[in-house]
Amino acid sequence: MALVISFLAAAVVAGTPLLFATLGEVITERAGNLNLGVEGMMLMGAVAGFTVGLTTKSVILALLAAMAAGAAGALIFAFLTITLRANHVVSGLTLTIFGSGVSTMLGKGLVGKVTPDNVKAFFSPVAIPGLSKIPFVGPIFFKQDPFVYLGYVLAILLGIYLYNTKAGLNLRAVGENPAAADAASINITLYKYIHVLLGGALCGLGGAYLSLVYVPAWQENVTAGRGWIAIALVIFSTWSPYKAIFGSYLFGGLDIIGFRLQGTNIHVSQYVFDMLPYLVTIIVLVVVSTRKNKKNAPPQGLGVPYFREER
Amino acid sequence: MALFRFVKRSEVNGKTSTKIRVIAILLALIASGIFILLLKENPISVYGSMIKGSFGDPYKVKQTMIKAIPLVITSLGISIAFKMQFWNIGGEGQIIMGAFCASGIALKFPSMPKPLLLILMVIGGIIGGGLWSLIPAFFKAKWKTNETIVTLMMNYIALKWVTYLQYGPWKDPKAMGFPKIANFSDNAVLPKLFGIHIGWVIALAMVVIVYIFMNKTKKGYEVSVLGESENTARYAGININKTIIIALFISGGLCGLTGMIQASAVSNTLSTEIAGGVGYTAIIVSWLSFLSAPAILLVSILFAALLQGGAFIQIVYGIPNAAALIIQAMILFFVLGSEFFVRYKLVIKKELTVEGGQE
Repeated sequence: MALVISFLAAAVVAGTPLLFATLGEVITERAGNLNLGVEGMMLMGAVAGFTVGLTTKSVILALLAAMAAGAAGALIFAFLTITLRANHVVSGLTLTIFGSGVSTMLGKGLVGKVTPDNVKAFFSPVAIPGLSKIPFVGPIFFKQDPFVYLGYVLAILLGIYLYNTKAGLNLRAVGENPAAADAASINITLYKYIHVLLGGALCGLGGAYLSLVYVPAWQENVTAGRGWIAIALVIFSTWSPYKAIFGSYLFGGLDIIGFRLQGTNIHVSQYVFDMLPYLVTIIVLVVVSTRKNKKNAPPQGLGVPYFREER
Repeated sequence: MALFRFVKRSEVNGKTSTKIRVIAILLALIASGIFILLLKENPISVYGSMIKGSFGDPYKVKQTMIKAIPLVITSLGISIAFKMQFWNIGGEGQIIMGAFCASGIALKFPSMPKPLLLILMVIGGIIGGGLWSLIPAFFKAKWKTNETIVTLMMNYIALKWVTYLQYGPWKDPKAMGFPKIANFSDNAVLPKLFGIHIGWVIALAMVVIVYIFMNKTKKGYEVSVLGESENTARYAGININKTIIIALFISGGLCGLTGMIQASAVSNTLSTEIAGGVGYTAIIVSWLSFLSAPAILLVSILFAALLQGGAFIQIVYGIPNAAALIIQAMILFFVLGSEFFVRYKLVIKKELTVEGGQE
């Protein structure tokens, strides 16, 4: 039992960077922009957050830097796809290549460096009084580091924003049918820019969690495909921030299962387990695509450039 | 009231669009130059060294060509899928699986006569890469499963698979515990022609074949139609699923062929570094070439020069070769953005007269 609890608690930790990136991509796609640059923005956030954390030893500045870096990547994508109506898929792919180049380049001097002690201390687990005493659930969800809690709060806030506020309704309209939203005098360009940038900032945070807290040292290409898994998780969670929580932790679990099973009496090669998150992503995508209904469908205007003159 | 607005150009003038694209690439080089300045180096001398590093002497030219070969063939493969609006970003995995199949044959029959063994390896490579891309193609045809992510996930699976082989069942016992797969016998190594392995002849042949396939055959035309509009394709009586499957087998098969060539001629073995990012660079190359085979040949050589030059400036200036990656992305960003100015033109609004109306 203790083993199961410790495994599930670790799954939540491993799923947290995925959650941030997935939430970022959910709001990006809700605005009708398919940004495949998640991996790149995460890497940019990882390197910016780590560099600033290392030099200033300030948690707040590190997180702000990570968000700014992610948003800067998203800004390139936003300018290309929103203002210049470039192809979303290729723009996003290029952003991933750009981001991995930037992070490798700026990270050259960081190899071997570890997260400063005070930052590490800030992100050490804190038990929430009361809640952490709940049997089973408590130790899994409420004895975690502050970043994990931030993940819960963000997911719920974004869910409320999306489904229970006027701005959220407008956002969904922009993603579903920009022409109609435009006719209802919603500022399409502004909505798209804000949410694509916010999405990028969240991806940047996800990356910073990996480098500052999860590893916690500089490691080249620290994301290892998590950005792509996040994009798949958006589909898996049918563009809902609430379901993103579940999906992220599930994949967090898959990420660590191979490592956890080492030393037990289950003998399967570690490399086979390393394939698991990628394999399950494919299976999930296939299963989701076989069950087509309107509720699970992507925003209708996803990936389609909007140009008022061409309605 | 806006003082200017964008109007769709009534026709796209070839000269204007070339001019805009050239300006875009120049701007990209200037932007990259600013980036190099930030690294406290002189951009002009860095660019100069890159050219020297890639074309400076016959040896360097050869190295550049060796880097161009996998780019040409993989980009050709990617371009066929992209033409169909099938976003195959699984080139990397398809290269690896092609290399895996070819290597399996090479290691199993080391003493088979050279021509026979090489032909078998080529077939193995094509089938390995082709089958690997058929998996996402099948899901796409059957359930419209998002191919972008599936092809990408399969890159990681292919990579883990070769890692498993390299550290496990295929580990060379003679390598004294070092995790590497045994080198091929001489029979499994592609011969050279004019100092460069024969892959360059294969690459040139593939440019011609893919050009003919895409422009002169019915199937190639069907691929283009399907890329333009699925509905049009359906009305025209094109068998959509069959077209997706055939096009993707060719797309993945070409990537697999790259894998065979790299394993046989370049590394003489299979390793986790066999694809080395070619599958991703090929996406940029084929997009910059507007998915046209002859342009792919040219752009691949330029990108190979960028990679080779990038490796050179790493030695000379200590600038990490990730800089080459950034410059590549920068060029593509600018070209992507420039497409807008190819399609639209800026019109300065004169006074509100005939058009009238108030905003």
